[in-house]
Amino acid sequence: MVRLTTTVKTSGCAAKLAAGELDKILSSIPPQRADELIVGFETHDDALAWDLGDGRIMIQSVDFFPPVADEAYDFGQVAAANALSDIYAMGAVPAVAMNVMCFPSCMDLSIMKDILLGAQDKAREAGLIIAGGHTISDQGIKFGLCVTGFTTKDRLWKNRGAEDGDVIVVTKRIGTGIINTMIKAGEASAGAEAAVLASMKELNKRAAETAYSYHVHAATDITGFSLLGHLHEMAEASCLSIDLDCAAVPVFEEALDGARFGFIPEGAYNNRDYLADSVIFDPSIPLELRDLLFDPQTSGPLALAMSRDEAQDYVRTYGEPACIIGQFSSGDRGVIRVYQNNS
Amino acid sequence: MTIDTSGYSCPEPVIMTKKALRDKPDSLSVIVDNVASRENVTRFARATGYSVSETKDGGKWILLLTR
Repeated sequence: MVRLTTTVKTSGCAAKLAAGELDKILSSIPPQRADELIVGFETHDDALAWDLGDGRIMIQSVDFFPPVADEAYDFGQVAAANALSDIYAMGAVPAVAMNVMCFPSCMDLSIMKDILLGAQDKAREAGLIIAGGHTISDQGIKFGLCVTGFTTKDRLWKNRGAEDGDVIVVTKRIGTGIINTMIKAGEASAGAEAAVLASMKELNKRAAETAYSYHVHAATDITGFSLLGHLHEMAEASCLSIDLDCAAVPVFEEALDGARFGFIPEGAYNNRDYLADSVIFDPSIPLELRDLLFDPQTSGPLALAMSRDEAQDYVRTYGEPACIIGQFSSGDRGVIRVYQNNS
Repeated sequence: MTIDTSGYSCPEPVIMTKKALRDKPDSLSVIVDNVASRENVTRFARATGYSVSETKDGGKWILLLTR
């Protein structure tokens, strides 16, 4: 049996092109505009939003990456959960999707079948239909979905819109990139491996649906650009700064050991370099914790901005591992000040 | 002893370093050719009780691990 992660150099969202490189290209391409297009790529949001004119907003996103799980069925599940996450992060409900598949011609086709079955079962769980797709022959496996969902104008969550004093709630643990690197090196415990796989497979459906009862001012999901990278995008788009309590961030504990021993994906260093001017660490924060905050996440948590009272209620209702990790404030647009509250 | 991790991507350079340090040599030179390998091998060495000094050699770094 082929371990799929051994066939590729980088796994999951850690394979994302560095944000700095991507910025250089995207900023040189003139954006197309239309009255119906209410969210484009100007603020690095999770998906496009198209006003259908009848009260509904159509959301579209595409996400695909190299294997991040060794079993084909698991990989299909993770890739689907990850692709759907962008739709949930916009406050939308996914409706239909298409497969995007790159597959080596020399590889056993039963692997492709299991990936597709994993994705389809995850789609069924989410209540959407996968109908068709596109497959090309390539050197390494890559898989994901192009997803369409719908929401309404009053529940269109963007990464901009956070208000001064809002707090940030995250809904999953951080550290999938480091644990996946440890798995590749044969250094992860069976417990950590299982916990990370379960987390990556978990849909952000309940995290989003629970938030429908509250006033979400801004939202995103945490993926390849790391917790700090995606929070920076929220802060920048909302013209605010963030104070982040790194002691409150829910993490896979073993990822701290992994970071200490250098099992860190390359993407984390790209994220760190890209954010060098935007993140200020309190000097007391240890290196492994800093590394973890730059770790690229695959199928990571939702990050939701809302008032403190509502956030506290959300955390009680949703349960673990959701928690409040920071607060927005005015001034220093896009800056994140990281401190450690040990009380 | 010197090991050359050029051309390998993470976590391979750390695995190679770990193997080379198995018998706890007093020193080891590790050649790395990218930032992630440089950072990760340095972290691994420090976490296992070695100190690290580095010299730049063109597009590569030579990490000298000593204890």
